[in-house]
Amino acid sequence: MRYDIRISGWGGQGIVLMGIIIAEAAIIEGLNTAQTQSYGPEARGGSSKSEVVISDEEIDYPKAIRLDCLIAMSQKACDDYYGDLKEEGILIVDSTYVKHVPLQRFYGIPFTRIAREKLKKDFVANVVALGAFSELTPYLKKSSIKKALIRRIPKGTEELNLTAFEEGVKEGRKAKNTSRPMVLSERVDEDT
Amino acid sequence: MRKKKKGKEVLLQGNEAIVEGAIRAGLKFFAGYPITPATEIAELLALKLPRIGGTFIQMEDEIASIAAVIGASLAGAKSMTATSGPGFSLMQENIGFAIMAEVPCVIVDCMRAGPSTGLPTSPSQGDVMQARWGTHGDHPIIVLCPSTVKECFSLTILAFNFSERFRIPVILLVDEIVAHMRENICLEDENIEIVNRVKPSVPPEWYIPYEDTPSGVPPMANFGDGYRYHVTGLTHDVKGFPTSRPEEVDPFIRRLFRKISQNFKELQLGESFETEDAEICIIAYGCVARSAKRACIEARQRGIRAGLLKLKTLWPFMRTEVEKVLQRARVVIVPEMNMGQISREVKRVNRGQSKVFTINKVDGTPITPEEILLKIKEVY
Amino acid sequence: MGEVTKLIHKYLRHDKKFPHVWCPGCGIGILLGSLIRAIDGCGFKKDEVVLVSGIGCTGRLPVYVDFNTLHTTHGRALAFATGIKLAKPQLKVIVVMGDGDAVAIGGNHFIHAARRNVDLKAVVVNNSVYGMTGGQYSPTTPYGAKTSTSPYFHIERPFKISELAIVSGASFVARSTVYHVKLLDELLKRAFLKKGFSVVEVISHCHTQYGKINRIGSAVDMLIWQREHAIPVDKAREMKEEELTDRFVIGVLQDRDFPTFEEEYEKVRKMAKKFTEI
Repeated sequence: MRYDIRISGWGGQGIVLMGIIIAEAAIIEGLNTAQTQSYGPEARGGSSKSEVVISDEEIDYPKAIRLDCLIAMSQKACDDYYGDLKEEGILIVDSTYVKHVPLQRFYGIPFTRIAREKLKKDFVANVVALGAFSELTPYLKKSSIKKALIRRIPKGTEELNLTAFEEGVKEGRKAKNTSRPMVLSERVDEDT
Repeated sequence: MRKKKKGKEVLLQGNEAIVEGAIRAGLKFFAGYPITPATEIAELLALKLPRIGGTFIQMEDEIASIAAVIGASLAGAKSMTATSGPGFSLMQENIGFAIMAEVPCVIVDCMRAGPSTGLPTSPSQGDVMQARWGTHGDHPIIVLCPSTVKECFSLTILAFNFSERFRIPVILLVDEIVAHMRENICLEDENIEIVNRVKPSVPPEWYIPYEDTPSGVPPMANFGDGYRYHVTGLTHDVKGFPTSRPEEVDPFIRRLFRKISQNFKELQLGESFETEDAEICIIAYGCVARSAKRACIEARQRGIRAGLLKLKTLWPFMRTEVEKVLQRARVVIVPEMNMGQISREVKRVNRGQSKVFTINKVDGTPITPEEILLKIKEVY
Repeated sequence: MGEVTKLIHKYLRHDKKFPHVWCPGCGIGILLGSLIRAIDGCGFKKDEVVLVSGIGCTGRLPVYVDFNTLHTTHGRALAFATGIKLAKPQLKVIVVMGDGDAVAIGGNHFIHAARRNVDLKAVVVNNSVYGMTGGQYSPTTPYGAKTSTSPYFHIERPFKISELAIVSGASFVARSTVYHVKLLDELLKRAFLKKGFSVVEVISHCHTQYGKINRIGSAVDMLIWQREHAIPVDKAREMKEEELTDRFVIGVLQDRDFPTFEEEYEKVRKMAKKFTEI
C-alpha cells in the first residue's frame, strides 16, 4: 500500500527537511520510501515542494501521484495542489499564511505564528507542522518521526525542536477534536 | 501488513549514494567545479575523502577538473569528477584524451534541461548523445544510467570496475530526479566485487605500454612505479610514441573498439519486467523507467499486456536485448525526457517487426505514469 | 665518455625515433639540454620525475626524454600535473609549456596553479608566437609585430608572463633566455629544488615563423637580439623605468615561501580524521 505526501511552501521554510524527516521515519518503521523535491534557483523565497512516497512494497514511481496528505505552508501551495488530494486525503495548512481554503474538510493551524510567538523562532514552523502531521495522520508512529527529527537536526537544537514538535502535536490534537468543519476566519491571525 | 527488512537501512540521496559507491569502489581523488544538480557529490567528498587519506580539490573550471582527474589516475589513484550538462560539454576534449591514452576514470553527469544553461534545477535526459559522441573523433565509450538510489550506489561501483578493467572513462548519466531523490538503501552488503587495473607483470625494460593483448587491454603502470613511459593524446604506437603510420594507427584504433565490443555481453545491463508475453513493450531508462513500470502495472490491471525493458547501460547500446523486445512486442514505446535520443537507436535496430512510438517531454517536468498509460491506450 | 655524451645516454630515450620535430636553430633544443642538466644537477631519480607538456612545439619535448612523460591537451598541462602531484606527492612534476599554452588557452590554469601553490615546476617557453600552427599571434606577441593573423600589425599589448606569475602568487619566479644558457641551467635547478609553485620563463625565438615575417633574420640574429635586450636583475635595479622600455629583466624575480597546497591539505586530513562519520 502506498502513501503519497506532498509538502509545499516557499524556500527557507524547511520544506525539503520536512520531507526528509518523514522519509527517515518511514525507514525507522522498516518501510520503503522515496523523497523527491523541486525548487527554483533561489535559496530563499521561491516556491518549494517536497514529496514523500511511503510503501511496504517496492516503489516504482517515486513522485507523489494522488495525495494522501498535503501540507500547504503557503496560499499558493494550497491553491496549486489541493486538487491532487484523494477524496479521503488529508489537507493540513499553515493558517498564518493560508487564508482561503477551497475545501470543506481540512486542518488549519497557524504553524508560523506558533513558532514565532511560543518558540520565538520563525524557522521551527516546519517542526511544529511535523508534530501536527504526526498527530493528524495515521501512517507513521509519533515516536518514529521524533527519532527521525533528532537524527536530522543540528546538534544542540534538540530542546527547541522537540518543544516545537510537541506544540504541533498539541495543536494537532486540538484540531482533531474540533468536530465541525473549521471555519477559517476564526483561526486567521492578522499579521500577514 | 508491513514487511520488515533485514540490514541497516539508511535514507540517502542519489548523489550521496554515488559518493558511497565511489568510496566503496576505492575512490582516492576527486576534482570538480560547483554546478547544480551535481554539487552534493563534491560537497560530500570534500568532507569524506580527507578522512580516508584521499584528496578533494575544487579546480578553476570543469576542463581543469577532468584534467586533474586523468593526471591523478595516471599516478595510480582511482579518480572521479561530477558535473552537469554545461560542465560536461567543457570536459569533452579531455574525455577524448582519456579514451585515447586509455586512462581509467569516472565522470558523473547529473543531467539538467538544456541546451546551454537551460533549466538548472529541472530534470532532463538530454545528454544521452553527448555522452556517446560528445568528444570528437570515432571512439568507444561506456555509459551507465541509474534509476534508483540503490542503482546510484551499485552502478557507480560498476563504473569504476569497468573503467579499471577496460582502461576507459566511464560516464554515469544521472537525471536530476534520481540525483536528488532520497530512498532507503542498505550499504552493508559485503559481497561487492572491486576491480583494479591490471599492472604489468614484466620488468620495466620489457614493458610495452600500449601492447595488444587477448583482452585488448594492455596492463597499466602508474607513474612513479619504475615503468617510465610516454602518454600522449596523439595517435601512438605500442610504445606510446606518436605515430602517423597507417599500419600502426589502424590496429590501435580498432583495438580501442575491440576491447569493448568483445565484452559486449557483460556490458549489457538491463532489467525486464513482464516482457515475456507483452504485446506492448516500453523501453526506458533513468527516472522515466519508474514511471513506465507504474504505467505497465496499471495497464495490466486494465487487461493490456504491457511490459518494460529498463536500460541500465545506455552505451554500448543494448542491441541484443532491444532486438528481443522488438521481435516479441507488437508495439514498442520509448518515453524520454528529450526529443528522441535512445528512440533513434531503437528505430535503427528495428527491422520492421514492431511499431516504435515515442513520448518526448522537454518542459523540465518528469514523464508521469498517466502520460505513458495514455500512450499505451492510444496505440494498443 | 664526455659529460654531454653521458647525459645523452642517461636521459634521452634510446627507443624513440630521432631526429626531433624542431627546426634547426630552435631554442627548445637548447632548453631540453638545460633541463636535463638541471635535473641531473638536482640528483632526481628518473623514476620520480614526471615531465608534462601541453600542445605545440614545446608539447613535443617530453617524448624524447626517459622520465614518466605526459603530453596532454592544449593549455591543460598544469591541471593534469596538479592531479599527478596530489595523487603522488613524492613525484617531481615538471611542466613545460609554450606562451600559448600557459597564458592564452591555459591562462586560467596558470594563475590558479600559482595561487594554489601546488609544488609544480612550470617552465614556460616564450617565443611570442604560435610556431607549430604557422606563426599566428600569441598573448606575448609585441605590439606592432607582424604575424600570420596580424598581417598588417599587431594591435594588442603583450602579457608579461613572469610578472603575471608573481602577482598570482607563485613562490619562485625567474626569467632567462635560451641565449643565457648557463643562467638558464642555474635558474631551472633553483626552481626544481624550490618548494612550491615555481615558474621559469624562457625567452626563446621562432626564426622560422616570427623571425621570417618580421625580417629579423636567422636563429643567430634572434639570439643576438636576446643578448642585447636582456638586463640582469641586479643591473635593472639601478636603471630607470624608461631605460628598461623594450627590454626585459633576467634572473630571479621572486623567491618567497608559502605553505604548499599539499602541506595545507595534510592539515585538512588530520582535522577530518578527528570528526566521526556524519
